[in-house]
Order: sequence, then structure tokens, then C-alpha cells
Amino acid sequence: MEVEEASTSAPGGGDRADRAFSPGRSGALYRFKQQNLPSWKPALTPGSVIMIFLVIGFFFIPMGLIFLHASESVVEIAYRYDTDCIPEPYKNDKVGYIKDSSVSKNCTRKIRVHKYMKAPIFVYYELDNFYQNHRRYVKSKNDKQLLYGMKQKDIGSCDPVQTGNGLPILPCGLIAWSLFNDSFNFARRAEPLKLNRKNISWQSDREHKFGKDVYPFNFQNGSLIGGGSLDPKVPLSEQEDLIVWMRTAALPKFRKLYGVIEVDLDTSDVVSINIANNYNTYSFGGGKRVIMTTSKWLGAGKNNFLGLAYLVTGTSSLLLSILFAMIHVRNPRY
Amino acid sequence: MPEPRGRKQRKIRLSKLYSFGCGRSSFNPAEQSQLGGPGFSRVVETNNETNPDNPLSYFPSNSISTTKYNVFTFLPKSLFEQFRRVANMYFLVTACLSFTDLAPYSSTSAVLPLAVVILATMIKELVEDMRRKQQDDEVNGRKTLVLTADGKFEQTKWKNLRVGDIVRIQKDEYFPADLLFLSSNYDDSICYVETMNLDGETNLKVKQSIDKTSILQEEGDFIEFKTRIRCEDPNADLYTFVGTIEIQEEGHPLSVQQLLLRDSKLRNTDYIYGVVVFTGHDTKVMQNSTSAPSKRSTIERKMDKCIYLLLALLVLISSVGSVFFGIWTKEDLKNGKMKRWYLRPDDTTIFFDPKKAGISALLHFLTAMMLYGYFIPISLYISIEIVKLLQAQFINRDIHMYHDESDTPAHARTSNLNEELGQVDTILSDKTGTLTCNSMEFIKCTIAGVAYGRGITEVEKAMARRKGSPLIIDERENEIPDGTKIKGFNFTDERIIGGNWIREEGRGIIENFFRLLAVCHTCIPDVDELSGRVSYEAESPDEASFVVAAREIGFEFCQRTQNTVSLNELDYLSGTIKKRTYDLLNILEFNSTRKRMSVIVRDENGKLLLLSKGADSVMFERLSKEKTDYEEITKEHINMYADAGLRTLVLAYREIDENEYAYFNKQFTAAKNSVSADRDEKIEEAADMIEKDLILLGATAVEDKLQQGVPECIDKLAQAGIKIWVLTGDKMETAINIGYACSLLRQGMRQISITLDAPEIVSVEKSGDKDAIAKESKQSVVKQINDGKRLINEFPNESCALIIDGKSLTYALDDNTKQIFLNLAIGCSSVICCRSSPKQKALVTRLVKTGTRKVTLAIGDGANDVGMLQEADIGIGISGAEGMQAVMASDVSIAQFRFLERLLLVHGHWCYRRISSMICYFFYKNVVFGMTMFIYEAYTSFSGQAAYNDWAMAGYNVIFTSLPVIALGVLDQDVSARFCLKFPMLYQEGPRNDLFRWSRILSWMSNGVITAVIIFFLVTFSFGPQPFRHDGQPADKAPLSAAMYTCCVWVVNSQMALSISYFTLIQHILIWGSAGLWYLFLVIYGAITPSFSTTYYMVFVEELASAPSYWVVTLCVSVAALVPYFAFKAVQTSFFPGLHDFIQWMRYKGRAEDQEVGQVIRQASVRATVGVSARYDARINQQTGRVHHVVQTP
Repeated sequence: MEVEEASTSAPGGGDRADRAFSPGRSGALYRFKQQNLPSWKPALTPGSVIMIFLVIGFFFIPMGLIFLHASESVVEIAYRYDTDCIPEPYKNDKVGYIKDSSVSKNCTRKIRVHKYMKAPIFVYYELDNFYQNHRRYVKSKNDKQLLYGMKQKDIGSCDPVQTGNGLPILPCGLIAWSLFNDSFNFARRAEPLKLNRKNISWQSDREHKFGKDVYPFNFQNGSLIGGGSLDPKVPLSEQEDLIVWMRTAALPKFRKLYGVIEVDLDTSDVVSINIANNYNTYSFGGGKRVIMTTSKWLGAGKNNFLGLAYLVTGTSSLLLSILFAMIHVRNPRY
Repeated sequence: MPEPRGRKQRKIRLSKLYSFGCGRSSFNPAEQSQLGGPGFSRVVETNNETNPDNPLSYFPSNSISTTKYNVFTFLPKSLFEQFRRVANMYFLVTACLSFTDLAPYSSTSAVLPLAVVILATMIKELVEDMRRKQQDDEVNGRKTLVLTADGKFEQTKWKNLRVGDIVRIQKDEYFPADLLFLSSNYDDSICYVETMNLDGETNLKVKQSIDKTSILQEEGDFIEFKTRIRCEDPNADLYTFVGTIEIQEEGHPLSVQQLLLRDSKLRNTDYIYGVVVFTGHDTKVMQNSTSAPSKRSTIERKMDKCIYLLLALLVLISSVGSVFFGIWTKEDLKNGKMKRWYLRPDDTTIFFDPKKAGISALLHFLTAMMLYGYFIPISLYISIEIVKLLQAQFINRDIHMYHDESDTPAHARTSNLNEELGQVDTILSDKTGTLTCNSMEFIKCTIAGVAYGRGITEVEKAMARRKGSPLIIDERENEIPDGTKIKGFNFTDERIIGGNWIREEGRGIIENFFRLLAVCHTCIPDVDELSGRVSYEAESPDEASFVVAAREIGFEFCQRTQNTVSLNELDYLSGTIKKRTYDLLNILEFNSTRKRMSVIVRDENGKLLLLSKGADSVMFERLSKEKTDYEEITKEHINMYADAGLRTLVLAYREIDENEYAYFNKQFTAAKNSVSADRDEKIEEAADMIEKDLILLGATAVEDKLQQGVPECIDKLAQAGIKIWVLTGDKMETAINIGYACSLLRQGMRQISITLDAPEIVSVEKSGDKDAIAKESKQSVVKQINDGKRLINEFPNESCALIIDGKSLTYALDDNTKQIFLNLAIGCSSVICCRSSPKQKALVTRLVKTGTRKVTLAIGDGANDVGMLQEADIGIGISGAEGMQAVMASDVSIAQFRFLERLLLVHGHWCYRRISSMICYFFYKNVVFGMTMFIYEAYTSFSGQAAYNDWAMAGYNVIFTSLPVIALGVLDQDVSARFCLKFPMLYQEGPRNDLFRWSRILSWMSNGVITAVIIFFLVTFSFGPQPFRHDGQPADKAPLSAAMYTCCVWVVNSQMALSISYFTLIQHILIWGSAGLWYLFLVIYGAITPSFSTTYYMVFVEELASAPSYWVVTLCVSVAALVPYFAFKAVQTSFFPGLHDFIQWMRYKGRAEDQEVGQVIRQASVRATVGVSARYDARINQQTGRVHHVVQTP
């Protein structure tokens, strides 16, 4: 802290209440007005530069290693099924296949667990090249309708999926209409694995964004069927697949939670996944994956990026500090 | 009303004192004939209230208004001003468009920031205008005496005066309007007027009314005084007036001699009566005042260009986005097949129609223009305005710029020029009242070759301080207590003082010397009847100082009659005081060509004496051939005095024999009484004849008292690399003297004088042929300019001074010569323009401003400086003295010239630094934000989806990043005030514009781009697609965008912390508090019902706060995004340090106090070419006999 002594060149005065300047010539306010507050004035000296980079380096590199370790210890199995789950004759007409409702869409695949997976094991589906963040798409829903149901009359924001057969659609809008409708069933050694599909959405969504007594109405009744349909007897607040889907993703490649397997899987367990490959991603060339992953404190799923980012930042700081130190030793300033 | 005639009525005809046409009025018949015609139609009637056709009611009232707005024009006019700014216009269009479907975000979130910004600016305008109104009210509310219907003079406010009113003005009052002078307390009806507020001249002007009105003396006379005045219409010409006055059906011509102008002041006259002819805005002074030009600083003008650049960038990236958007949209529907079926391209509005992709793309362009609006910092203007207001407050409150004696603080009147103060390249300064206090002090004299006077001038003090010599202590010992100090007299020498001179060897000469001073002048004594003390009223302060000096030594001038002068003399033979009376035979008065004044008197013994005083240049050649032995040593003393900045006059006398006088008197009287055009010439010839063969007595040295600290201030400013020009209305000698006094000139400098005093020019002038004069003069001026340039080229290592007089300036400022004149002037280290009119001052200022394209600062105190102050980039008014015109026209007012040092070197430097850093930072932070949005766009197939929540975006510029910027703009200091003053060369950063050049602006913008890229990719890759929470929830749009926003806020605010080097508690609170505000916003906004907070509902509390990866990412991004900048800055400060880096480093090392180091820095930067330091250097060099090299300021 450097404190500059207040100058004494201006004479102070006693009875000068009527003057332009108040006689009070001390205290924080006065020093503020004189721009002379106690202050900290760091100067960028070679030493401090080297030190700062060194500290960043020494702090970030271990952190990076910790994060890397955390993400490495996550076991993740991802399986891309959109290309696999097409019968041979349809390989060249994937769109035709997916649109043909007469063809069975079921598909079972076996996956070997390469490493022990500790419960809970999260199951996701991952889409890519799917623009859930497109402006037209994002806007096409009505929050009030989701919460208040048919009481909400003005659903103009849901364009172009507002009404079907002259009646309003509930839930309206493109997002709901394009609801993802592939389904997955898991089995181990011919015995089905229990998949918990409750509480896969945010609690706040269930409680505050989707009505408890709002039921789907006139949904997927139009001429053009989008994605999945909803059970009209279940209130929206319990339609968790819809709730999850309605949370639009930020980027064109995204994962959404499907369910949780609540038993451990051992190494070399073979899990068979029964997939209903209903959802059309073929028109726009999007990929579909199913993912099983364990979770660590840093997140569910294997993502080394954060650890690497820390490592890179730390290492470059360290290098910079060495570089500066070398230059400084060679050409000390002044 | 009883007449306060405590003093005796003077019975002398003062007009007789003047031999050279003073008080003489001339009427031009040709002008008179114009009356009644166009432009000369005004008719003023007095005492005519009852007449229903009274024409007076058509004239404007006497109230003046300088406000910008009134109640009705405020709204439209200020709104218009606001939307003239292209950025605001852009935001207005955006706000309008936001109500359509084009908008990427909600309309309220677009309108609100704009409304806040506009409203705040309008409030500021309102407050400023109210202040102006207050000042007007103060002037309008002044009181004056006016004749009422019942024949009495009563007090009324200025604003209530009407044309035709008869007013009575008391001594030392200002004239409230343009008055026709009727009568005064003097018998010959003259009055003295000080016109300092109009033309800056401090000598008194004599006005004389016409004889017919001079008899009006008693109050009762006026009610019966019915008259009609016909005169010219209001115009701006101060020096002409045409009119007639009808008294008893008889017309009398009027001239400017009878016109008393508003804002000039009655002096030396007890009272006058006058008729109001022009009121309010019709008065000449108001007609002269042009409306204050609105000035914008260089930085702001450049900032506009930056905004255009950003707009261009905005258009560019919008069109890139639109093209991609068009392509993608078109591909969505091909041959009836939908690609991205979930977007329903088959059933769509025009905004996303694949069949009309072109139109959709165009519309998308508009959307994108709105979306990327964050590139344009909407709050920049208002932030700058707030910052400048606060900076101005700091200027106003600075105790170091507060003048205690006059209780005047500095006052930044227009706050939008603060940073311009940091970029000043040339200062154009007035002299009287600005550099000097306008008081003369008799300080030294040399009599018979002996130098007397131990007084120390400001210059000598400055030199002594520079040397660190013990002179200062000396001075303190001898300091006279304020109470006993006599105005105009600062002479201490025990050999002379207190009657001691009678013991001096040369006492005879000393006696003659002071007697001459007591007799040879035109002052009027004023004996206070109670104390018997004599005071003097003189035309100029230096005359007064001589008479005062003579009185103090023992030659008290006590009485003047029509043709005698009486002194109370100390007789050295008897040692008693005797009253002696001298018959005053002739006065050969002073003018600028004669440069001397003489009187011829007959003393009590009947001896005829010619007493003469004048400039050394004319006096020495008039001395008698038989030289006195002390002539050379007197010359030496005179040079010494000149170098100490003193104004010298040589005193000489001779005895005349009766015959010679008789002959002279005949000639002189004949010349005086002649009416031909060459009257003045004949008088001069006669005078010339007698003023010869003089005997030298000695010389006086008068200090044109510089304001305190002026030489040091000029020295500091010169060290800071600022050029200083002096523009003065004074004559050349005075100006040169002051040049020496304030260290702008020194012995050994090459002086280039450009004048038109050469004999051949004078002879042409006598011919009266205007064209020939113009041609001759022009040629002469051009020749002299070229000679000067040659001189500079010949001696490139010597500093030159250019001195030019007003007449030559007229020609030098012609369109085809002004460039060469400017080149010459720039090559000189000092420039002094003397005898320059107010208009020339303004023209010179404009020439420098436009010719060099650098920032000019004008400083002055009088109304004659108004033009200059308004023309310059910054006008500084000297306040505290009388007269408010200069202050009213100025941008900043200070009480003393010396405060300029702190104003420029400290406040100017800081403000420049603050504002330029602030603007760069603004661009940076907006580029960061806009760029993250743009990159995000690329991931939404350019559909125009905003990356962030509407309200969060709206808050970016207004809440989360605005306060630290304001802290930067208001409080940041690169080095402390003490170091700013210690190392004046630091100031050069401003004039060189180191901190706001394109390279710096663009590198800040690129830094923004780099930061945005780092933020975006680090966040998105860390967050997905793998779930970021250990409970398995993946990041959808809301948490991702909130996390990215968090990183933006942290990075941008930490960047602020990195780029400032001055932290007080306030900075800490604002910077870290802003980041805290963001979290607060997240919590509060997230708790509001989801229909309002939409995607950000519970985003922080439920989703982000409990996820470690969110915090880890924030830390990582904040550091990683700052490493590039930090490394860059480290390299810069280590290997390419700026001056401020250097000084910071010195301070850090504790070596800044080191004298040696200071010297090194000084030499490494700017070499002083003028100023005390330069003079000191020059003296040392002279002493050591080395060749003197002066490097020109780059």
C-alpha cells in the first residue's frame, strides 16, 4: 500500500463556512475528491510476471491431472445404432425405411461391458446434426399452454403446429411435435435390466413448467405425424420424456437422459439393447447413439476436455514463465 | 437623491491634457446621411411612456439568455441531438424492429436499455441547461438606477430596462446596456471607460458627450428631457456608431464617442447619465458573441469512426450469417422432400421459407443486425458522459487548483473536453490578466550608473529555485507583510529608501531622476481629505507605479491644475519637505511610434526643463554627443533588467534656453491648431525638434507583475513538449518584455521580428493609397517571413523566437501566405503575436488548429479572448478577476495561469488515459460478447437464435460490465499526480496519441475476438455433449448459455482488473461486485415465475451451482482467456515500455526520487527549448563557454 501524503500547499482555514470549499480537509471523502485514496498500485515487473505465470502453471497442471483422472475413471459405452439398425434391403433408402410404418423398427444389439460399471448407470440417447437450437424450432412452443393447458387460448407462438382438425393441439409447437420416440430396453443374460425412467427431468420443470392437470389433447392427430405420441391420460408433468425433450439443446450434437440402470455391470457382461428405431434422422443425415455411462463428481460421461484445458493452460503458463525468466537473466532490465 | 460628493469636483478640463486627438470627436457627413435608410432605422425616444405609438415596445427587453433549450424546445431538440448519433439511431431502428417477428429477442429487452440511456443523457442535458439559466438570471438580476415616471432615479433590475430609459451609472459599475452618453460629473462631460471585457485593453478610454446634453446635471433635468434619437440598427461593429439626437427640434450628430457599451465599466468618474439605445441581444457585445460552438474532442471524433468500423463489421458478419442461413434454409426442402423435417419447411412463414430463401436471407439479415447489436456498445456514450461529469467534478474539487485568496476553484464548464486536455499540442495564451496580474511594480532602477533595488522578480525566483540556490531564503527574510505593501511599489534598497538617498554620492542625479518621474506623466492626484494621503488615477498601471515610486522616495506629486504640477519634495540640502510648483508648458505625449513622453516645465527658479522618458531604443539616440560616463553601464543594467523580465524606461532631461523654447512653442502650437490631415505629423516633427541632446539620468525597471508561478508553469509545460504562443493586444516592447519575464524568450535566442515599421513602408503609408500600402506591406511581410525561414535553416540547432505585430499579422494570415507563416512559426520555439485584435487572435488559433491538425488550447481572461477561446479546441478562462465573458465562453475556467500545469499534466493526462482506455475496453467487452453470440450462431445454422436469455443480454452493457468501466474512467491513475508533475514528459503520450491510435483500438478488438473464441470453445467442449453433472443431467441450452455468460462476465471484469494499475477499495468493489451482481441476477431472475424468466428459471440454483464442473470451467476460462493478453502486456512492458511503464517501474524500485534518474528520463524524452530550465541550461552553457545546442521539440 502506498499512501501519498496530502499536500499542504493549500492553506487550510478556520471560519470559512461560506467559501466554495468546505474547511474539512481530511477524511476519506476529501481524499476521494482529491483522488488520493489509499491505493494498491501493482507494477508489472519482470519478477512479478514470472511469478504469476509460475503460480498459474503450478496450480493448473495438478488440477488438470485431477480432472483428467476423474474423467478417465468414468466408464462410458456409446453405440451408434442409426446405421446399424437398418435391415439390409433398406441400406440405400434409409428415409423410405423410417417412413414405412409397415416395417418393424425393432433391433437388438449386444454390447460387451469392457470395464466394471458401478451403479447408477445413466442411459442417454445422443443425436447429432439435429438443430434443436434453430430459432424457428426454439420459439415454437407455448409455455403457458404447457402449464395451464386449454385455458391458454392464444398459442400463436406454436406456429406451424397450433391446430389439427380445427382444434388446438396440446402440447402445441414444433418441439413437442417432433418428440423423440426411439425406445431402449436393456437385458443382461436374458434377464431384463431394470431401467428407472422416473426423475430423469429437472424437478423445477416438472413442478413449475408443466401442468399437473394438463393432459395431452389432439396430439399427433394431424396429417403429418412428427415424432412420438403421448398418453392422453397422463398429465404433462409426468410425461418426463416430453419434459426432457422440451429442454432444447444448445448445440446440434446433444445427449438427453433416457433412464438410469440401478445395478452394477461387471466387466465382460454382455448387455443386449432392444432398440425401437422409430425416429427419423435419416432425412437430414443425423446420427443416433445410445450411451451407457457411469458418473463421477465432474460429470457423467467421459470428457477429457476440461482436464486437457487445464493442462494446456498450466503448461503454457509454465513455459512462458521459463521464457521470461531466461530473457530476464540474459537481458536484465536497466 | 443627494449627491455623494465627498470628493472635490475637479475643475480642470481633462481634455486639455491631450495633444494628440484624444476625446476629439469627428463626424463623417457621409455616414450621417445614411440615417433613416436601410440599416439605420432605429428611433429612440425618451420620456415618452404615454405615447400610444411608442415605438419602444418593439425593441427586445434587456434580459439575455444563453440557454440551449426552453420548455417547449427541450424535448424535440434534445431528442434530435441524441439521435444524430449514428449509434443511437441504429438502436432506435433496432428497437422499432424488435416489435416485429424479425426480432431475435423480446422487444422490451431491446427498448429498455435504449430508453435508460436516452433518458439519462436528457437528464444530464437538462441539468446543464438549468445551470446556464441560473447564470443568466444572475446577470439579468443585477441592479441599476433608472429614471422613473415621477422623475426619480430608482433601482431596477437589468432585465427591466427598456430602450429609451435614462439611467444613472455609478463609478465602477458596468453599463447594463448600450447607452448614449448624456453627461457626467466632469464639467467637460467626459468619462473614463474600461473596455477590458470587450477588447482586453486595460487602459482607460475617454468618452465625451455632446455639449448640448452635458448641462443635464440635476435629477430634475431629466424628466423634462424629451428627445428623439435616430441611429443605426443593432450591429456587431464595436468601433462605429452613427446617429443624431434631436434636442428642441434641432439635430446633433452622434458618434461612437457618445456610445457606452454594455459590459464595459465606468472608471475614474463618479457617475454618468445615459439613454438606453440598444438592449439585451441588440447590444454590440451580444451581437459580437457568437453562439458557443459545441466542441467535440479528438477522441470522440475518432470514436465515431470506431463505431462506424464496428457497424461495418456488424454488416459484414450479418451478411455472412445471412448467406449461410439462406443456403441452409434452401436445402431444407428439395423436390418436396424435407431435410430438417422437424422445422416443417413445408409449412412456414416468409422468414424461413425455403422456396423464397433469398427473401428469407434478406429478412434474416435484419434479424442478425439486431442480434449482433451487442457489437455496438449502446451504453458507451452515456458512460462516457457520466465519467466525464465525474472527472469534471474532480477538476472542480481539486484543492491544488483552488485559489484561496479569491476563493475560486477550477471549474470545468463543459465536461466533454476533459480528455482533450491531455492532448494539447499548442497553447495560445493571452498576456494581460492571464500571464500577468495586470499590475505594475516599480522594482529596480539604475541611476547614474548605480543599480538600485534588491527586489526579486518571479523569473529570478524561478531561476533560483531551479538552481536550488539560497536566494529563496533571502527572499523570505525580506518579504514585506501584506498589510504594509504599497500597490505598484516593490522597491527595497536601504541606500534609497527612507530618505537615505540624500547621503548617496549621486544624489543630485537621484533627485532629478525622481523629480522627473513625479512630473513627467498624465496622472491625476486624488488627495484623501481625511488622511491627507495621495493616490493616483492613471491611464496605465505603469505610469501609476512611477508616480507612486516618486512619492515613496520623497517626491510626492500632490496637485495638478490646468497648467501646473505641484510636488512635495524632500530637499536634500536642507533635509526638509518643500512644496514646489512647476509650470507645465507642454506635454508631448506617448504613442507607439514615438515610444517616449516628454514634458516641458518651468521650475520655480524660472529654468526651462525638458523631461523625457522613453524606450531605450529611441532614447539613446537622442542623448547628447557629450556622453556621460555611465551610459555604457546603464545599457548593461538595462539588458540585465530585460533579462530578468522587467520593463525598462530610460529617463533623460535637458535644460532649454528661452529662445529655443519660444521657437518650438510657436511650431508646436501651430501644429496643434492646424486642422489639416497631417496635423499629427506636424506635432511630431515639432516634438522631434526639441527632444534631442538629452542628458541621461538612468533607467527604471518595472515589473509587469507576473502571476505567481508563471515561469515555472511555462517551464513545466515546455518540458511536457507543449508549444506556447502568446497572443497579446500589447505593443511589441511590452510583449517582448513579458516574453523574457515568463522565460519564453532569453538572451541568445534568435529573434525574428516581423513588423511594418520599416521607413519605406511608413513612407508609403503616408501616401494614403490603400492598394499601394497593401501591396508594399504584403511584400515586406512575405520577405521577412522568408528571411526568417532562411535563418532557421541556417542555424538549425539554435532556438528561434518569432515576434510579429498585428499589422503584419493581417497580411501573414492571408490565404496565400498563411501556410508559410505557419511553417515559420512551427519552426520557432516561441511565438509572440503583439498588437493583435480579438479577431486576429481567433484567426491565428484557427490557423494553428487547422494547419497542424493538433489540439490547440487557448487561455485568456477578457472578452477580447472570447473568439480565441471559442475557436480553439479547448478554451480556458481565467476566473476570479473581473469580467465574466471569457469564463462564460470557456470550457474550463481556472483562477490562475499556474493551475494550467496541474490541469494539463495531471487531470488532462489522466482524463486522456482514462477515456481512451475506457473506450478501447468498451469495444473489447462488446466484441467479446458479440463474438460469442456470432460463433454460437454458426452452431444454430445461423437461424438467429440468441445465445443468451433476453434479459441477461439486456443487462450486459447496463449492469454487469458497466460499473467497472466507469471506475476505470473516473479513478484510474497510471502514475500519481506527484509523478505526473515530476515527469512532465509523460504528457507526451497525449499529443502523440499513443493510447488511442488505430493499432491500439484494433488490437483491443482482436483481443476481444481471441477471448470470445477461447470462452466459447472452452465452455462448449467442457460442457458437452457429455453431461456436466454427476447426477447425470446433460447441459441443455439454459445452463450452457448461463455458464458462458458467467465466463464472459468474469473474463471481462478480470480483464479490467488486469488493465488498470490503480486499485482503491472502490475498484475492488465495482469489479468483483459486478461479477457478484451476475450471480445475484441469476438467483433473483431465476426465482421469478418461469413465464418471465423462461429458460433461466432456476438455472443457477438448481442446475449450475451444485455442479463442480461449472465452477471449474469458470476458473479455467477466466485464466485461459486472459493469458494471451497478460503475456502480451508483459512483453510490452518489459521490452517496449511506455513512459508510464517506466515510471511505474521506477516507483516500484523506489528510484523515482533519484535526481539522476529524473535527469536521464528528461534527456531521453523532450529537450526544453523555452522555459526556466532552458534559460538555466543556456546560462550554464554560456558560462562554461561550450557551444549551445538546443534540440527542437519533436
